[in-house]
Amino acid sequence: MANFYTDNPNLKHHLNHPLMHKIVELRERNFSDAEKFDYAPSNFEDAMDNYEKVLEIVGEICGGKIAENAEGVDHQGASCADGRAFYADGTVENLDLCRKAGLMGMAMPRRFGGLNFPITPYIMAAEIVSRADTGFENLWGLQDCAETLYEFGSEEQREKYIPRVCEGETMSMDLTEPDAGSDLQSVMLKASQREDGSWVLNGVKRFITNGDSDIHLVLARSEEGTKDGRGLSMFIYDKRNGGVTVRRIENKMGIKGSPTCELVYKNAPAELCGSRRMGLIKYVMALMNGARLGIAAQSVGVSEIAYREALQYAKERRQFGKAIIEFPAVAEMLAVMKAKLDASRALLYETSRFVDMYKIYEDIARERKLDENERAEMKHYTRLADALTPLAKGLGSEYCNQNAYDCIQIHGGSGFMKDYACERIYRDARITSIYEGTTQLQVVAAIRHVTTGTYRSLIDSYAQIEYPAELAPVANSLKELTALFDNALAKVTDANDPKYLDFMARRLVEMAGDIIMAYLLLQDAKTDSSFCNTALVYAKFAQAEVARHSDFIANFDPAQLSAYGI
Amino acid sequence: MSLNIIVLAKQVPDTRNVGKDAMKEDGTINRAALPAIFNPEDLNALEQALRLKDTHPGSKVTILTMGLPRAAEIIREAIFRGADAGIVLTDRALGGADTLATSYSLAQAVKKFGKYDIILGGRQAIDGDTAQVGPQIAEKLGLPQVTYAEEIISVNNGKVTIKRRLEHGVETVVAPLPCVVTVNGSAAECRPRNAKRVMKYKYAASTSEVANLSDIAKARIQANPELNIAEWSAAFVNADPDQIGLPGSPTKVKAIENVVFTAKESRRLDNDDNQIEELIKELIANHTIG
Repeated sequence: MANFYTDNPNLKHHLNHPLMHKIVELRERNFSDAEKFDYAPSNFEDAMDNYEKVLEIVGEICGGKIAENAEGVDHQGASCADGRAFYADGTVENLDLCRKAGLMGMAMPRRFGGLNFPITPYIMAAEIVSRADTGFENLWGLQDCAETLYEFGSEEQREKYIPRVCEGETMSMDLTEPDAGSDLQSVMLKASQREDGSWVLNGVKRFITNGDSDIHLVLARSEEGTKDGRGLSMFIYDKRNGGVTVRRIENKMGIKGSPTCELVYKNAPAELCGSRRMGLIKYVMALMNGARLGIAAQSVGVSEIAYREALQYAKERRQFGKAIIEFPAVAEMLAVMKAKLDASRALLYETSRFVDMYKIYEDIARERKLDENERAEMKHYTRLADALTPLAKGLGSEYCNQNAYDCIQIHGGSGFMKDYACERIYRDARITSIYEGTTQLQVVAAIRHVTTGTYRSLIDSYAQIEYPAELAPVANSLKELTALFDNALAKVTDANDPKYLDFMARRLVEMAGDIIMAYLLLQDAKTDSSFCNTALVYAKFAQAEVARHSDFIANFDPAQLSAYGI
Repeated sequence: MSLNIIVLAKQVPDTRNVGKDAMKEDGTINRAALPAIFNPEDLNALEQALRLKDTHPGSKVTILTMGLPRAAEIIREAIFRGADAGIVLTDRALGGADTLATSYSLAQAVKKFGKYDIILGGRQAIDGDTAQVGPQIAEKLGLPQVTYAEEIISVNNGKVTIKRRLEHGVETVVAPLPCVVTVNGSAAECRPRNAKRVMKYKYAASTSEVANLSDIAKARIQANPELNIAEWSAAFVNADPDQIGLPGSPTKVKAIENVVFTAKESRRLDNDDNQIEELIKELIANHTIG
């Protein structure tokens, strides 16, 4: 049985990034928990050793039972009866394993029963789970709703709910409604306050992943007569109280093990979480940012399994007297798949480290006042995390779809049959670029970091790093790409036309993303020569992509927009 | 009612992943080429023990293993999965033992252990494949034994109810406590390592391991006696030198042959229902199938 952590040395490489030192020391508050909890680390090495040992458990369970169950779960799927949703047998077994292994509430503080892991090793676990069973990652990964509950709930709510999550109860975030998908401002689910001050929820939610969970975070309209996001608040619904039933579950193309529910709330008792009116504006935004990082991790997991399945098949399948991997057309596809995989992974963990940095400062700020340097650092990393999260989610999910497509292509006719895992991977991949905000919406979030220069200053900081002589040609080519990006951006912004900017936004965001990922791989290659190949292949790929977008923008006259119906 | 449970376990070479260099030229096992693992059926036994602990709060599960000092590895592994403590019975004098000497040595260790309610172990180890050690221990301790156990159904009023998996079906038996139970590979798989337990017990070490540990690890062990894995010698368990190790082992290995299976008596059938039906009847009649 494979261990999905130890069989992939790239994970350890990313776990050992130099910034982890600071992350771990801050997160562990100089290891002050060691005296209170017998499983807390006493120094940096001890903490890193803990992360690795726990990731080995994740890798073992995922490489064993969870991967083994994936096909059966896909066939059986989740089901719905008598107002409740039911998991496939394999899913029940997977959840039981994760509970027994203590892999729930990984990023929660120890005083609530969590492991107090930084986001980075937690996200690494999410990637590994997704490689084994993409749909199961949704159920397991919804534990990060506890993060939102921790950040915005009262101490009483934290004490009541977070230990239950750490014990293995599952969560869901009930946001979408039939008429409120991407546009969450239109949420209608009604929250009414009774005379004793308590709240009840009435209405319908749709497309709720794991909607029959134990603890729900619900976005509802608490302010009667309002129509926009400022009338929405966040509530906690506890399944133990009853009042919510599952009307039906969706029959989906992929991630079939993850029940997607339509929920009916009938006077369901709920607790207000945080302040009224802040539901969408503040809390759901935080929740979605966490979830987007989770989908970025899920996407990398899909890319990994798609690449591995393709590689194995290409080595085994013989045509014209040799393995098909020996044909340049196939070899190139595999090299590019690997480059996209490594690039999206490098971006994922760069993002997760930035998220770690600002979230830890936010958490320290709950205990004491930050000094001026700390505040500045928090601001810096918040901005970087905001900029990289939509990039990691948007581009990572597109890459995993491309890799799933190429995985089938390499399998040829066999790939179109239900006999190989690749057809499931292809179906499971498809949702990643849709939920938690489509790629188009990720571009909307990312474009302001193109225009305000967040990406550009990050690229500058990467360009200033000294790269080894053998990588100099690659590093120089990235400088040329940066110049192309600057020119394209100048042309679009000079026109000062919002519609024109919207039209070019995806191209500009992709150009920035390509350059950032190429630099990240260069940094990986600097510390680990096994990345040299992939850094070169990705740089070549980025060069072609950036040139393509650059040409399009250079040759485009804003007057031509009308031909596109704009 | 809380129970005092002993689980017998063995560290074995992983014979399931045998490579080219698994056997030396003289036909003996090349242990260096095979990773040492927790004997699979002993993990099934551990799971049964941990389930008893789940249903009988306050119970204690102790792993007892005989082997090289490095066998402490499987004790840590068991502790990570939920066992409470472990003992390594290790001594040069115990080396080269056959099943008779092994069961004598382990029985002596069990006597030294003191009070216990039930002894569990895997049906057999994947290196020797004898399935003799568990039953021999029961005989030496004068205890009832239940072999081929698939599930311990309950423990009530000093009696244990056990489902056995036999060749042609299942059998449910009741035995008085204390007794020895050997568990089949068809029993429930062992639960995974638990993250918190791994972080808590990763520094657990036996006496001979402690010397080579880092200062942090030593300090941890000093601060928390739970992290000590006991090491017992032959003399400590009052073992008679003539009944242990090579002197106590009447079994002598004369030679080891590498047997390669070849097909013989092959028969060819046409793609014809009658011929296939005849074959099925024949195979049922001679008990090959059914």
